[in-house]
Amino acid sequence: MNLAANNTSLFLAAMLVLVALGISLWQKLGLDRDIVIGVVRAVVQLFIVGYLLKYIFRVNNLWLTLAMIGFIIFNAAWNAKKRGPGIDHALAISLLAIFVSTGVTLGVLVLSGAIKFVPSQMIPISGMIASNSMVAIGLAYRSLNSQFHDQRQGVLERLALGAGLLDASIAIVREAIRTGMSPTIDSAKTVGLVSLPGMMSGLIFAGVDPVRAIRYQIMVTFMLLSATSLGSIIACYLAYRNFYNEQKQLK
Amino acid sequence: MNSLISLEKVNYQIADQHILHDVDWQIPAGAHITLTGPSGGGKSTLLRIIAAMISKTSGTLIFDGQPIESYDPIMYRRQVSYCFQQPTLFGETVADNLAFPYQIRKQVMDTQRVVTALNNVGLSERTLHQPIIELSGGERQRVALIRNILFLPKVLLLDEVTAGLDENNKQIVHAWLRQLNEHDHVTTIMITHDATEIAAADQLAKVVAGRLEVHA
Repeated sequence: MNLAANNTSLFLAAMLVLVALGISLWQKLGLDRDIVIGVVRAVVQLFIVGYLLKYIFRVNNLWLTLAMIGFIIFNAAWNAKKRGPGIDHALAISLLAIFVSTGVTLGVLVLSGAIKFVPSQMIPISGMIASNSMVAIGLAYRSLNSQFHDQRQGVLERLALGAGLLDASIAIVREAIRTGMSPTIDSAKTVGLVSLPGMMSGLIFAGVDPVRAIRYQIMVTFMLLSATSLGSIIACYLAYRNFYNEQKQLK
Repeated sequence: MNSLISLEKVNYQIADQHILHDVDWQIPAGAHITLTGPSGGGKSTLLRIIAAMISKTSGTLIFDGQPIESYDPIMYRRQVSYCFQQPTLFGETVADNLAFPYQIRKQVMDTQRVVTALNNVGLSERTLHQPIIELSGGERQRVALIRNILFLPKVLLLDEVTAGLDENNKQIVHAWLRQLNEHDHVTTIMITHDATEIAAADQLAKVVAGRLEVHA
């Protein structure tokens, strides 16, 4: 293997952060604080995760693996929730949506034999699934919020005509699900042409034959489609009711 | 005469802003009522409360012998139908709009009935497949009104629906509303500033600074 990233090379690579900071200061983007916080968090979190994973992989305990997956799902839900300000129970909804989308997708992968139930495969794959589901749900929440705001009059008119809450919201719900899924579909179309995504790049980096590496990338493409579609549909169908009160009026 | 709708001490406030004060109102079945008053006085709020689009803060509202709270809001709104000033049309074509009342009742659009309704307001069958962006303001308003009456409601609440129409369109809509009221016994309450409409009403009500005055 030709893997040479050490602490010194990382320190030198940190110059790249200065590029982003420089642009933020020069263009007065006001992002400098966020960039610094983001970088510090990334470094600290990754170091902790690195040591934690090393331990979990060595112990190879079922419950510890499940606990780690649970932790990933909870964090993903927590982050998705933040994209849905004003949506009540956004945490519970996100948790359910990410749990189901991750669970179903992982289940299919394990049962089909694509991955083995060992921590070194289960945990990274769960992370990929949950994070994509999280992004999809976050986008869907944002879309719900903006559409219920922009199309308020249309929703009110549907209600005034005696539409049920789903009939009054269905166009918005569909658009939000579409918004949640579309980045995954777009990247599925360009995978290999524009980007060599993480899974495949990582394997190639580690010296695996590209023809084998792409099989894993194909699996990732499939699993992300399932995860984002399940995550978006569950989150949207549970969240749209939040825009109405008990008297079935638009809040 | 029995009241179809009866309001007693109905109040509506948002935070400390009192929009309607102790409104008492008896609306007989089959009446044709006009509602006037200065803008910002609370007319639309009053109609929206009757339409169950918003809820009163206090007081009682009885519809057909039962308090409004005892109805499922969705089923109630199918009987007490509210039409907005400057309505938005949905989808792409006029047909998308006129199919909507059928969709929400899980029924197939009754094309014959829809075409008759279009003819009644001076629109042709051809309009049905017209894209909504091609419609004039008057045509939009009429299409919106048809959405409200394809399934005849007991009460039709009209919020300045003729305000944007020219004289010719206004007359078509008036004649049609009169027909709905006299022939189909739809109780109508319309917010208007139009002198002819006010003169044609059985009851004239006025909302000034959140208080209702009724002149029989």
